[in-house]
Amino acid sequence: MFEAQTNTTSTDAARVPTPLLQTRSLGFEAGGQRLIDTVDVDIRTGRRTVIMGANGAGKSLLLRLLHGLIRPSAGQVLWQGRPLDRAGRYAQAMVFQRPVLLRRSVLANLSFALSARGIRGRERKRRIEIAMHQARLTALAYRPARVLSGGEQQRLAIARALACGPEILFLDEPTASLDPASIHAVEELIAQAHANGVTIVLVTHDLGQARRLGDDLIFLHGGRVVETGPAATVLDNPKSGPAKAWTEGRLFFESDPWNRSQRLGDRS
Amino acid sequence: MDSFGSILAEAFGLILALDPDLVEIVGLSLKVTLSAVAISCLIGLPLGAAVGAFRFPGRIVLTVLLNAMMGLPPVVVGLTVYLMLSASGPFGALALLYTPTAMIIAQTILVTPIAAALTRQVVEDLNREYAEQFASLGVGPLGRISALLRDARFSLLTVALAGFGRAVAEVGAVMIVGGNINHVTRVMTTTIALETSKGNLQLALALGVVLLILSLIINAAVMAVRGTAQRAAYV
Ligand SMILES: Nc1ncnc2c1ncn2[C@@H]1O[C@H](COP(=O)(O)OP(=O)(O)OP(=O)(O)O)[C@@H](O)[C@H]1O
Ligand SMILES: [Mg+2]
Repeated sequence: MFEAQTNTTSTDAARVPTPLLQTRSLGFEAGGQRLIDTVDVDIRTGRRTVIMGANGAGKSLLLRLLHGLIRPSAGQVLWQGRPLDRAGRYAQAMVFQRPVLLRRSVLANLSFALSARGIRGRERKRRIEIAMHQARLTALAYRPARVLSGGEQQRLAIARALACGPEILFLDEPTASLDPASIHAVEELIAQAHANGVTIVLVTHDLGQARRLGDDLIFLHGGRVVETGPAATVLDNPKSGPAKAWTEGRLFFESDPWNRSQRLGDRS
Repeated sequence: MDSFGSILAEAFGLILALDPDLVEIVGLSLKVTLSAVAISCLIGLPLGAAVGAFRFPGRIVLTVLLNAMMGLPPVVVGLTVYLMLSASGPFGALALLYTPTAMIIAQTILVTPIAAALTRQVVEDLNREYAEQFASLGVGPLGRISALLRDARFSLLTVALAGFGRAVAEVGAVMIVGGNINHVTRVMTTTIALETSKGNLQLALALGVVLLILSLIINAAVMAVRGTAQRAAYV
């Protein structure tokens, strides 16, 4: 129906190596509805990409598609230029919107994830120690994971994902419902991972966080990408109606003039 | 005829005196039932977990079948096992009829569907929560089954308990395949049935009391374990 607005400067566009992760006309349908509609995005190596959009815009679905957890009904996901396969999935890790922790101790949660990736023995022990230290969970090693506070659970989920040594980390609203101190701790973990070379894809509703952590921004609306570009540029000067409404704290209505202009543009 | 009170008193007398017949019967009961429950869990838990965790053709049919088999009539199972094990049956050469082994086989057939069907339910619920995380971590099929069984272990205690309850209280199947032979295949339920019909109410009632007490103790133990687990958020 409408074209995604690309909010890039020419210098940015000039240096584009092969993106780590790409989607080609990606679509996902369920219950007769197009929930993800012809999405074309590039996730660049070593960058932090923020995905924003209203509730139900399809952010979590897009992450699942990028991570290969669900099969697209149209288009494809390319990992380092090739269709995403099992090996590609192993190079990825994800922290879900609601952290899924096993009914075991903190330590056992980390050790389970590493075993699943075939990491055992001394190497596993080493990685667990590093992960617990980074997430400041060492003192809680033997505590059942499910009695941890929300912030501690989120930190454990991130530490577990990072312990697997992924090239890319997907985070689905990792700081929703956390207090400022916990948000800071989680953001620090993400920054640390990024500094270690992990590519970050982060879904957030928090404008401040998007500015702090985002290099690139993808704005979703109704399952479509309506705007992409450097996070700061998009947030300072949004071009699409939905992103503009979002940054101004307004609801976006279908009657918005932007929608009409898009339709006119389509016809010409 | 004696009053209920005096019969009950005599029954407790038998229990407190650890009457050798009584001890033997209770011992065999526990041996048969616990063996049957153990074997049923060995088969039923992985089977139920597989049905609960994986999508495969025929999964719905298998689920319906398992649920239906939870209500197998013991006498029908007893009769079938009898026909299989009787001298002219396919397994007649094994000479297992009227042995505790035959009773274990019959009870295993009764309890395995219970273990499998209840496990499927428990594991399916847990898998709904874990499935995407497992997929994300790249956990293989065997790893999934064992992790689900492990994390559901406290709920599965209740599953084993349900199986135990069914087996220990069951008369029909063990009566048919065991034959209720004194000192060989006599268990609590078959003895209660026989002694009551003979008018030996003291022994029958004593066994009834033991059966109740055993059920109480085992239930209480399972509740205690679950309670501890719940406080540790492992349930
Ligand atoms: N399996 C499914 N079947 C049908 N509809 C689905 C399915 N999964 C998601 N949806 C729908 O797709 C839409 C997008 O869901 P998604 O979870 O991606 O939203 P989101 O952008 O992450 O929202 P939030 O900010 O609330 O987390 C929602 O309207 C949701 O109801
Ligand atoms: Mg979401």
